[in-house]
Amino acid sequence: MRVSVNAELAQAIPGFGKGCDYLDRRALAKEITAIEEGLLKPDVGQGLIIGITGAPGVGKSCLIDALLHCWTPGLKVAVLAVDPTSPISGGALLGDRIRMTSLDDSERRESIYLRSIATRSASGSTPYIVSDLCSHLLARDFDLVVIETVGAGQAEIRCAAMADRIIVIEGPSRGDGVQAEKAGILELADLVVVNKCDLPGADVVVNQLSMSLDLDIEPPTVVKVSALKGDGIEPLAKTILSLKKRTTSEKARIRERLMIANERRFLESMDFKAAVDSIHGGLSTIESIMESSK
Amino acid sequence: MAGRQRIIVAKPGLDGHDRGAKVVARALRDAGHEVIYTGLRRTPEQIVSSAIDEDASFIGLSSLSGAHSHLFPKVCQLLRASGMNEVIVFGGGIIPEGDRMALYEEGVRAIFGPGTSSKEIVAFIDHASERECGVGASDSWFWQGM
Repeated sequence: MRVSVNAELAQAIPGFGKGCDYLDRRALAKEITAIEEGLLKPDVGQGLIIGITGAPGVGKSCLIDALLHCWTPGLKVAVLAVDPTSPISGGALLGDRIRMTSLDDSERRESIYLRSIATRSASGSTPYIVSDLCSHLLARDFDLVVIETVGAGQAEIRCAAMADRIIVIEGPSRGDGVQAEKAGILELADLVVVNKCDLPGADVVVNQLSMSLDLDIEPPTVVKVSALKGDGIEPLAKTILSLKKRTTSEKARIRERLMIANERRFLESMDFKAAVDSIHGGLSTIESIMESSK
Repeated sequence: MAGRQRIIVAKPGLDGHDRGAKVVARALRDAGHEVIYTGLRRTPEQIVSSAIDEDASFIGLSSLSGAHSHLFPKVCQLLRASGMNEVIVFGGGIIPEGDRMALYEEGVRAIFGPGTSSKEIVAFIDHASERECGVGASDSWFWQGM
């Protein structure tokens, strides 16, 4: 697969030709597309998969970019940045690349593969296909894969089915202390990061989260960072690589895996878009579609 | 390759006016395509490497700064140099009529100026995706309206 790098491009992009040929990247990008389209069976790879989740605008992309500046070029990191597909048109606006300044750094670029993923027909903040993509990327010698979920909170725990470690991002001014007491994704977090600590109110959030989580059997650490200013990022980058998994979350992970296995079987049993159109057009019913998908 | 396309919408060069790019991105999203918006002030090299990693089939370039005659051809040349011959390039913004033919000759397949309907841009994507008109194609065709 390795083909000699194009001289003009190597010259245009400093460092582009070293270690990671552009043609390899192209081949990889085509493979990812084929897996997404269900045309290619993913290779089986092992390694660390980190799920980063949190509400829209809390700074997930910005934080991942800051982490990439610490991890690379030492580590080869793939990022799958998920954004929602329109439930109306089926299209998507994938905007996570905007934050990724690490890709502009010629020394780092060759250690990073960032791919924007749309949720398409899958439910939840992390489509099931991401599981296949992670496996394939790890088989392509990436040291770790980072999943950036759709902006999500509380009940949205789909990434638990795919990620080995879950990091929940929080930020200041996102509601009162009762939010920290609510059930859901916080219970599955292996680490809670309060981002934007350069803004007022971050300490209050850290305290509220710590007090609530301390009542858990295995409370996750709550750390305070500013992805924008770089505060706390280096220790965070180290912590993530040696993060322990909460044993109390195992059953919930199995539950999510079972849910996506079922969803996958259902979606792959039919042309889902055609089924929706057919019900919408009065040609079939939910009952008849369910019957034919069995 | 009709149907859903993966389209990079990018603003090359020193130009902070992205309302147009966002409106186009939105129109393409609403037409069922997956649009990867790269943000402002991208270099041709960054745009091409984004297209490689994202396996994009189209690149839409928006420029209002007057540097289109330098930046658009550069993107086309880099695409060809990296073997991305099948990628279809289109542009928009403030592009004087007199500059357009040179851009078409470089492989840009459509130029959309102010007042273009989003319907027309969507029609272009649908039409172009049905013919082999990537930057590396020998076809000299370019979009001349609906």
